[in-house]
Amino acid sequence: MSIDRHQGGTATVAQRSTDFVMEVQHLTKRFPVGGVLDKRAVHALQDVSFSLPRAKIVALVGESGSGKSTTARALARLIEPTGGRILYNGRDILREEPRSASLSYREDVQMVFQDPFGSLNPAHTIRHAIERPLRIHRKAKGRSAIRERVETLLETVGLTPPGETASKYPYQLSGGQRQRVAFARALAVDPKVMLADEPVSMLDVSIRIGVLNLMERLKEENGISFLYITHDIASARYIADETNVMYAGRMVEGAESRELIDEPAHPYTQLLLSAVPNPHAGLRTDEATTRGEIPSLIDPPPGCPFAPRCPHVMPECQEAMPGVTRLNAHHWVRCHLHGSGQGEPTANLPV
Amino acid sequence: MAIATETSNSQGTPAGAAPLIRIEDLKVQYLSPRGPVRAVDGVTFDIRPGEVMGLAGESGCGKSTVAQAILRILQPPAVITNGRVLFDGNDILDMSDDQLNEFRWRDVSMVFQSAMNSLNPVMTIGDQITDAIQAHQRMPGRKALERAEELLRIVGIEAARIDSYPHQLSGGMRQRAVIAIALALNPPLMIMDEPTTALDVVVQKEIMSTISRLKQELGFSILFITHDLSLLVEISDRIAIMYAGQIVELANARELFEQPLHPYTNGLMSSFPPLTGDRVKLSGIPGSPPDLVHPPAGCRFAARCPRRFEPCGSEPLFAEAKPGHRVACHLYPESRTPQAQEAIREH
Repeated sequence: MSIDRHQGGTATVAQRSTDFVMEVQHLTKRFPVGGVLDKRAVHALQDVSFSLPRAKIVALVGESGSGKSTTARALARLIEPTGGRILYNGRDILREEPRSASLSYREDVQMVFQDPFGSLNPAHTIRHAIERPLRIHRKAKGRSAIRERVETLLETVGLTPPGETASKYPYQLSGGQRQRVAFARALAVDPKVMLADEPVSMLDVSIRIGVLNLMERLKEENGISFLYITHDIASARYIADETNVMYAGRMVEGAESRELIDEPAHPYTQLLLSAVPNPHAGLRTDEATTRGEIPSLIDPPPGCPFAPRCPHVMPECQEAMPGVTRLNAHHWVRCHLHGSGQGEPTANLPV
Repeated sequence: MAIATETSNSQGTPAGAAPLIRIEDLKVQYLSPRGPVRAVDGVTFDIRPGEVMGLAGESGCGKSTVAQAILRILQPPAVITNGRVLFDGNDILDMSDDQLNEFRWRDVSMVFQSAMNSLNPVMTIGDQITDAIQAHQRMPGRKALERAEELLRIVGIEAARIDSYPHQLSGGMRQRAVIAIALALNPPLMIMDEPTTALDVVVQKEIMSTISRLKQELGFSILFITHDLSLLVEISDRIAIMYAGQIVELANARELFEQPLHPYTNGLMSSFPPLTGDRVKLSGIPGSPPDLVHPPAGCRFAARCPRRFEPCGSEPLFAEAKPGHRVACHLYPESRTPQAQEAIREH
């Protein structure tokens, strides 16, 4: 089966707030370094903007420490952002629900974590793990209704026979099965958005695809929007409609996934792609052209964070972070090589 | 020990040369209350001088256990129940503790998965390298320090970092330091167990390039263990695929990649989404590996295999289906036992 997302001719520009379930605008997060007199801060997120279209999968890729997980945690309201806005269905939720997220927001926006070995309570059965959200959010009433719902959920994520799985303990399941349980638990409350933080990184290669396919099916059948966080750009190409690249707390490029990989515009995206093992080409023994690692995020200097490693660095790169330049309807970049525009960082995917 | 430097064939490895190390019918069990776990169950392969042998498989397939058995660093409840590991004519499994101390690091060294955990946090990397040298060779301190500086330069760390503590180095530099320690005695074989798994992809690429360059310059052999088949195809001369404690396929890396024979290898290949070409729906391999306390009687992959047929209830032979390409699967006549042939005839 071959799916070509470029089909469909001219891109229809998505209507703001109606086609986007979530919009993130200029999100900033600073963590104090610690120490009473120490005024320094870790700039974990700087001016991060992107949008999550309804029933689409948007990937965030980048190295560890680039701010991917911090972004997801801010959206789940597990940490409070220092600045910026999060619009959920057009509502400014940081302003409307300043102290903590409402029950309905927590219901609609669910998170799935990386480690399926640490995210399930080992002392309770799978049934218990999935019943809890059903009871707390009053999604099913009465024993038999709850029982039925648990089994339907397990069936949805491909754990059959569901009755047998429900009575097992986490240690009796493989990593892939546990991650499916984590998805079933998140699904229990009928979420509209799922924030999946490296959901397959800890799984064996042969079962990763199964979990990725599950995400795609939930998108198509249940209309769930996914934020898929990964360091594996090939898996982003496989399931994500749109892929955004983060570097050192900043969003540097975003596009329709295949376009991003076929025509990367930002030098960091190019570096990332050149580092992916490629069995077809074989390993080149020349040492990589770009050396060095992600810079310190403690009070970073102005300018583009990639400048110290960038092979195309120019004087203006040290001075200011460029604005968003739109390369076409579904591709944007923040890099002085491509000018310094004032565009919107959304991929405007073809509908 | 001297490494035979014979002329290489086109694949870069002297195919006809005597192997550097030969592992024969190795069996390792982990004793558990439920009964022995047959983690490695009859593994046979060799590594030639100057060759990179890749060993791939999923977690729990026994690949790291094989590595630890070669160095005899398995801890109870693991026991080696059968087999031979022949190095330079000697069986490592028969060696006394004194012989083992001589053998380890001088003949075979190891790079472990997590560089963060394998370096001592309260010792400078210079001290850790000289430690490794002086544990095996009598060498005055100043000379050992010179050698340590040289080793750091070889792996791409500035010699000035010799007095750094591990926490002052990035993840990639720590992994380089670990490689420097493994190189300390210039061993003819290095075992690398997932040396880049904890690293980001850009750093991984740099380390892989360094490993590849060192191998060319110094001529040692590598047993490279990973679950990432695409990485392995890049660096290996030959690849062995392990499943549930056994090697199911072994071939030249390129041939294995282009024409895999075993359905499990095929499944692994179709588990990696490609970066180019049309988007094709992949299936991975449904199911999970068998319980190695009670492994199935026949082929261990049969329960997950899309091409399962009658003879798969009996164990296939690990046989040469094509020149230099061994596989354990009843799809290939070479692997069929008389019992299997009968099962096919009956249908």
